[in-house]
Amino acid sequence: MTDNLLEIRDLAVEYHTDDAVVHAVNGVNLSVKRGETIGLVGETGAGKTTIARSILRILQTPPAKFCGGEILYNGQDIMTLSEREMRKIRGNKIAMIFQDPMTALNPIEKVGFQIAEAIKLHNKITKPEAERRACDMLETVGIPMERYNEYPHQFSGGMKQRVVIAMALACNPELLLADEPTTALDVTIQAQVLEMMQSLREKFGASVVLITHDLGVVADSCDSVAVIYAGEIAEYGTAEHIFDHPAHPYTVGLFNSLPKLNSTERRLKPIKGLMPDPMNLPKGCKFCDRCQNATDRCAEAPPGVVEVSPGHLVKCVLAGRGDA
Amino acid sequence: MSALVESRNLKKYFKTGGGALHAVDDISFTLDEGKTLGVVGESGCGKTTLGRTIIHLLEPTDGQVFFEGTDITKPSKQELITLRENMQIIFQDPYSSLNPRMSVSESITEPLMLQGKLDKQAIRAEVRQLMETVGIAERFENSYPHELDGGRRQRIGIARALALRPKFIVCDEPVSALDVSIQAQIINLMLDLQEERGLAYMFVTHDLSVVKYISDDILVMYLGQMVEKAPSDELFQNPLHPYTKALLSAIPVPDIHNRKKRIIMQGEITSPINPKPGCRFMARCQHVSKECHAPQLQEEASANHFVACCKYKDIL
Repeated sequence: MTDNLLEIRDLAVEYHTDDAVVHAVNGVNLSVKRGETIGLVGETGAGKTTIARSILRILQTPPAKFCGGEILYNGQDIMTLSEREMRKIRGNKIAMIFQDPMTALNPIEKVGFQIAEAIKLHNKITKPEAERRACDMLETVGIPMERYNEYPHQFSGGMKQRVVIAMALACNPELLLADEPTTALDVTIQAQVLEMMQSLREKFGASVVLITHDLGVVADSCDSVAVIYAGEIAEYGTAEHIFDHPAHPYTVGLFNSLPKLNSTERRLKPIKGLMPDPMNLPKGCKFCDRCQNATDRCAEAPPGVVEVSPGHLVKCVLAGRGDA
Repeated sequence: MSALVESRNLKKYFKTGGGALHAVDDISFTLDEGKTLGVVGESGCGKTTLGRTIIHLLEPTDGQVFFEGTDITKPSKQELITLRENMQIIFQDPYSSLNPRMSVSESITEPLMLQGKLDKQAIRAEVRQLMETVGIAERFENSYPHELDGGRRQRIGIARALALRPKFIVCDEPVSALDVSIQAQIINLMLDLQEERGLAYMFVTHDLSVVKYISDDILVMYLGQMVEKAPSDELFQNPLHPYTKALLSAIPVPDIHNRKKRIIMQGEITSPINPKPGCRFMARCQHVSKECHAPQLQEEASANHFVACCKYKDIL
């Protein structure tokens, strides 16, 4: 218990719109140890970003609605905190790197000021001191501090993402939520940013929740992995579990969908069909319409979670029977 | 037999306030029927402009484009109409390339109506056929783009491109906006269509694992220029240009046991406005020397493997 920085229990989030209720997150259990990097993988609309935003409590309510569960940060349920207490955590203890660096920065403020603002907000220090620390942060992420007084539009995409990372790390957070931090970037710049995040993680010792749809990025930087499908965790385990012994048919399907660099096959093996509509989820297993091994049992009732080996959890009735 | 599509020293410059932006600078290639040419490079390297200039959506600044041996660089209005039947494009973003006010069947009908060769009934039958070919169920006929997901929208984009039975399709990042499981469905569809119809593709993308999978030849672009071109397998096994090497090493591989040593390039792509005459990759290259300041010539390192780097032999 004590070595878990963050523990999510049975988290459920819905979005209420005029016509329907969108079941975005349906009973997610997750724990993040100190210093650990956990990857949340899944398709668009699987609920990855909703989970991250719930942790920071920055979902707009309404339309979003928390329907149960708790999020324990250092053993304290952040759902019960007042907005005032929450503000002390947000950006200070838990920080977020947003997906799109083009829109995450304020276009009419200097980048240096935007970093210094975060530092000054959470620390009782003078303005020059905050500015000095902001300069240090810029240098840390590989931007010369002479660019302190420039505006976001003067930076390229990769540089903007560095500024966003500098902002997130400015207060030395214990937990960093990185929402697709490299998706908008070219591979060469992605490589630079991932390398930098790796070294910063070693330097600052923060835990990281890395949200991505790229299994390559996960293989590169994560200790453990949660595969998200239709608002549920389909499979959860260490990187070794997921990459060497994937047990959920969806995880297996994801790997088969990827074009392999060292294969000569002329056909990919896609997962047939589409993710179910979150307004109208099937009553049984969420994946059963697309699953090759689905039985009548799968459509009737949701599967339980099976622990196929210590710490490797799979939400599939066929898991552990060797035929999944 | 001449190639289906040929580009000879093709150039496309854009005028900007700061000078000429060299988006495509001296690109030559040939593409045969039923084959796929992959074009890869970072955003801003000119790969989309190249695709658009080839099919004459943009007027080339200099150089020539041939289609089935005929020079189509400056087509007359009549020639352009026939050209459009033979050359089509699938756009990157299925969310913005479809008219939001047209239903699925209207969108696919449009090119056939404009062509004016078929009567209404024949068009209807053809549209049904096309929808079946690209795998959109008939019940979506009257749906609008906003009601469909990205994969289905891209299938409509493909159906539209196929409607006039072209021989050559420029595919501008057709799968980069899609999730992997859907991406694989679309790639398989494109491969099936190529086999059935003998289509030639120019596949523009920044995703190297996809391009390796689908292409016969790959052309690597950097700041408007071709830095390397080779058959797909050859390029991946034996990359010669330092940029290609860095690019290949940067691909994240979904394998936790063979973490590659990445070549981390310093800096980012430099400005394509009024570039200096020397190697354009110089600012980010680890192997720069005096010779790099001179223009780099294409050299055939082995059969069909071209590279534009004066030092490629020294940096193996």
